Amino acid sequence: MVGIVVVSHSQKLAEGVVDIAKVMAENVPIVAAGGLEDGTLGTSYDRIHDAIESVYSEEGVVMIADMGGSIMTIEIVLEDMERENIVMLDCPLVEGAILAAVESKNGRNLEDLKDFVERARATKKLSD
Amino acid sequence: MDTKQLLAIIHAIAKKVEAEKDYLSQLDNEIGDGDHGINLARGFKAVEEKIQTFADKDIGAIFKGVGTVLVSTVGGASGPLYGTAFMKAGNVCKGKMTITAEEFTAALDAAINGIKMRGKAVEGEKTMLDALCPAYKAIKESIDGGKNLIDALTNGVDAAAAGVEYTKTIIATKGRASYLKERSLGHQDPGATSSLYMLQMTLKTLKEA
Ligand SMILES: Nc1ncnc2c1ncn2[C@@H]1O[C@H](COP(=O)(O)OP(=O)(O)O)[C@@H](O)[C@H]1O
Ligand SMILES: [Mg+2]
Repeated sequence: MVGIVVVSHSQKLAEGVVDIAKVMAENVPIVAAGGLEDGTLGTSYDRIHDAIESVYSEEGVVMIADMGGSIMTIEIVLEDMERENIVMLDCPLVEGAILAAVESKNGRNLEDLKDFVERARATKKLSD
Repeated sequence: MDTKQLLAIIHAIAKKVEAEKDYLSQLDNEIGDGDHGINLARGFKAVEEKIQTFADKDIGAIFKGVGTVLVSTVGGASGPLYGTAFMKAGNVCKGKMTITAEEFTAALDAAINGIKMRGKAVEGEKTMLDALCPAYKAIKESIDGGKNLIDALTNGVDAAAAGVEYTKTIIATKGRASYLKERSLGHQDPGATSSLYMLQMTLKTLKEA
């Protein structure tokens, strides 16, 4: 299964998103990388790096982030790791994490999963 | 510039950032989340703690070492941005125990391009680039015109200070402050301010050497 890392400035938010996604896909390798080591808000290079290692397999890993500094820090971690099968998804945090978890459980490969989740990002919450 | 001077500059920046910690956070409080000073102080404190491990290396390695520590300790957007800047400057100075004024200018150029790449930003978006880009232009022109590094940096610091003032007159379109839209007007960008401090400390240290 494709691994999933949820990155947020807040550890609580990242863990909450993981909890919500896991309800839909129990055994999927999905972990949170949120906040700084001292518990304050921010993004930690080491936490992101370690989170990736903890869910990494040959099938690859997708990264889902909240905003700004998270994305920049992920970019640097990925540049340092130099592995082509770790990619960022451009999607909303909660919906993206749920979709990614379900599709990972369904056995979608990395490329298809990325494509699928990103195609769903324009979905409206309220119909008009 | 030699490695001893570079280490002195980094030390001076660390001290300045610590001294201005509250002020930088206050600026960030007005248009962001109020942590810029805390972030940078934490980052440069870590730099001071780890600098021994690369202090005896070349200028490129020192820049790179500082960048790596900033990336992993600052915690805010300024971490990956300044971290990338120092790492890119390090690439330009790889293996060199001293650098010329021209090489310093090239390192600054690489640093700025690193920030633009990482932040997907350009001048005029109310970020650190609004201090750094005019400073680079002034320094480059001065060096090309035959001035020494101290005179060039004097012009660069003046241009950066004008750039910081300019940030008050523009709307943020990158970073957290962009959520405020026109309400970001009238406020000075914290990142531009910390960039000004870095240039000021570079000049001050070189003058004293
Ligand atoms: N995309 C970007 N490109 C360039 N500079 C940016 C960008 N985003 C933020 N900045 C700079 O970073 C500063 C804020 O840094 P900081 O408070 O440490 O990070 P955060 O916004 O994550 O809290 C801003 O004042 C601005 O100068
Ligand atoms: Mg901030």
